[in-house]
Amino acid sequence: MIVDKSGSPLTATENIKPDTRHGVILYVEDVSVSFDGFKALNDLNLYINDGELRCLIGANGAGKTTLMDVITGKTRPDKGKVNFGQQIDLLKLDESEIAKAGIGRKFQKPTVFEALTVFENIELSLAGDKGIITSLFHKLSGEQNDRIGEILQTIGLVAEAYYPAGRLSHGQKQWLEIGMLLAAEPRVLLVDEPVAGMTGQETERTAELLTSLAGKHSVIVVEHDMAFVRSIARKVTVLHQGTVLAEGSMSEIQANPEVIKVYLGEDGGSAEKSVGAQA
Amino acid sequence: MTTSTTLATENFSMQKMFKTLSHLHVVVGTLFIATLYVTICNLFFAEGSFLHVSDYTVSLFGKYLCYALLALAVDLVWGYCGILSLGHGAFFTLGGYAMGMYLMRQIGDRGVYGNPDLPDFMVFLSWTELPWFWAGSSSIFWMIAMVFIGPGLLAYVFGSMAFRSRVSGVYLSIMTQAMTYALMLAFFRNEMGFGGNNGLTDFKEIAGFSLQEPSTKLALFIITAVALAIAYWISNYIVNSKMGRVVTATRDAESRVRFVGYKPEHYKVWIFVVSAMLAGVAGALYVPQVGIINPGEFSPLNSIEMVIWVAIGGRCTLYGAIIGAIVVSYAKTRFTAIMPEAWLFALGGLFVLVTLLLPKGIAGLLPNLFDKMSMFKSDESKELEVKDKKEATTAEVK
Repeated sequence: MIVDKSGSPLTATENIKPDTRHGVILYVEDVSVSFDGFKALNDLNLYINDGELRCLIGANGAGKTTLMDVITGKTRPDKGKVNFGQQIDLLKLDESEIAKAGIGRKFQKPTVFEALTVFENIELSLAGDKGIITSLFHKLSGEQNDRIGEILQTIGLVAEAYYPAGRLSHGQKQWLEIGMLLAAEPRVLLVDEPVAGMTGQETERTAELLTSLAGKHSVIVVEHDMAFVRSIARKVTVLHQGTVLAEGSMSEIQANPEVIKVYLGEDGGSAEKSVGAQA
Repeated sequence: MTTSTTLATENFSMQKMFKTLSHLHVVVGTLFIATLYVTICNLFFAEGSFLHVSDYTVSLFGKYLCYALLALAVDLVWGYCGILSLGHGAFFTLGGYAMGMYLMRQIGDRGVYGNPDLPDFMVFLSWTELPWFWAGSSSIFWMIAMVFIGPGLLAYVFGSMAFRSRVSGVYLSIMTQAMTYALMLAFFRNEMGFGGNNGLTDFKEIAGFSLQEPSTKLALFIITAVALAIAYWISNYIVNSKMGRVVTATRDAESRVRFVGYKPEHYKVWIFVVSAMLAGVAGALYVPQVGIINPGEFSPLNSIEMVIWVAIGGRCTLYGAIIGAIVVSYAKTRFTAIMPEAWLFALGGLFVLVTLLLPKGIAGLLPNLFDKMSMFKSDESKELEVKDKKEATTAEVK
């Protein structure tokens, strides 16, 4: 059941849509998470605007994945507020309800349904009733068929539509997973390391795909590949030890002395060099 | 000349026919032909004739079909949903007890003590009235309802608790095992009111027909075959529906299913309930054909044997489970007649051999009849098979 901030249920579809009158779709305020005394997130504040493409960077252990877990309901924060639009309190919902409300997530490791075909993978991800009875008597409508075709076109897997997803290459699986997110028609897409293990060409296509999605959807990308971040990001948030260290455009971030110290400095000269070389 | 041309056309139409047939048609058709064969040979060929099928064999086949139905239920949860249930014997036995209670009440005053209301074991325990849970057991409709409700309810309660707290894998298997073991110990107690150690037996008639009559035995066999066909149709419908795809997806990537917006625990619970009900029906049909139900059926060993049927027959095909159950049960009947003490070794050996050499089970051995209908070209499907085999082997090793 989807509830608003005060806990009363939202039923009409109009109400379930996040209220973005202030231009912000995702509010993360004062969120703290600790695992056995280790503070993974520490009073973290983050605001994502509607239709924005935001990149999250940070060293290992900075809290990027934990933040995604909190937003998607996998991890409950010790304190803080996470709101979807103004009125939907995400901390009251479980994973599947959050997904239905309109937040899609792509995992670090591509997770697709290997035994099913590419087509069926997308079919299962389509927005709509996810109840058992509906599924039992479900017949694919012409509209849905077209929609699946459209998505297959977008992610470039038309020729592979009837292959079992387990036979796809690593890069194709990443795209399929993004396609599955699209099928759910989410307002916010959380994408964890989309180009890990991709070839240069594949990375380029992924960058194109993600930039084309921004505007219609809000996209949050977690990525280590600096060249990739530079190619897509308009705004970058740097996380460090569970808090936001800096926020701004890529060039601002690179000029920020604190960021250079804690993030780029940690990886030694090589990281600095690689960032510097492209600056 | 003319014969050869007719043969050729026949061959051609046969080929065409096979192409349009699905697993469902093949399985139900085979079942129908086998049932018809047994029926005709039992009724119209005199004893001593080469073609005669004895009444004993009819009951034996009926028993095999019950096992096949049970294996189908196990395949539904294990093959498609990845829930390795080592406690399906519990659902089977509960269904059997529901039938047993009805049959006990049908004995009426023909029991040893001649009490028209109370079954013998209750008189023996000097009980004066029926316990509350025996109320209604004399009605056949009540019995049929209980065959579904008993196992279904247990599966719902157990499944809800286990799947909601996200118990899976080995832990779940151990829990199912513990469940059937606990039920066995409980049913062994006389105070439970289910006949204790001896269980329920000495049945006389079912719905007014004597269980000793060969015609009743044949009818039970036919009913079992029909039940198996219906169960196959239902299972086939479920696994080919969107629900079936969600269930398969849950098996492969549960967290993804959750983040797509489904509630995997609900799907798991309901597939578990359907499977338990099918197992219950199998148990209910089994009892009048073997004439007894006792707590020994709850034994964890039985539940493990069911899993072996499915593994040997081939997981995730439905028809593989049926083949596995029938082949292994037939081998058991033969083997235990020749050298009973060696049966468990043979079963274990068979299991190891199949796991090593035929990871897809007997179903994987079947001529690529069904593969022809798939969209892959032959070389691709071969390549796929090799890959599947590798995957299956690693899965088994895990």
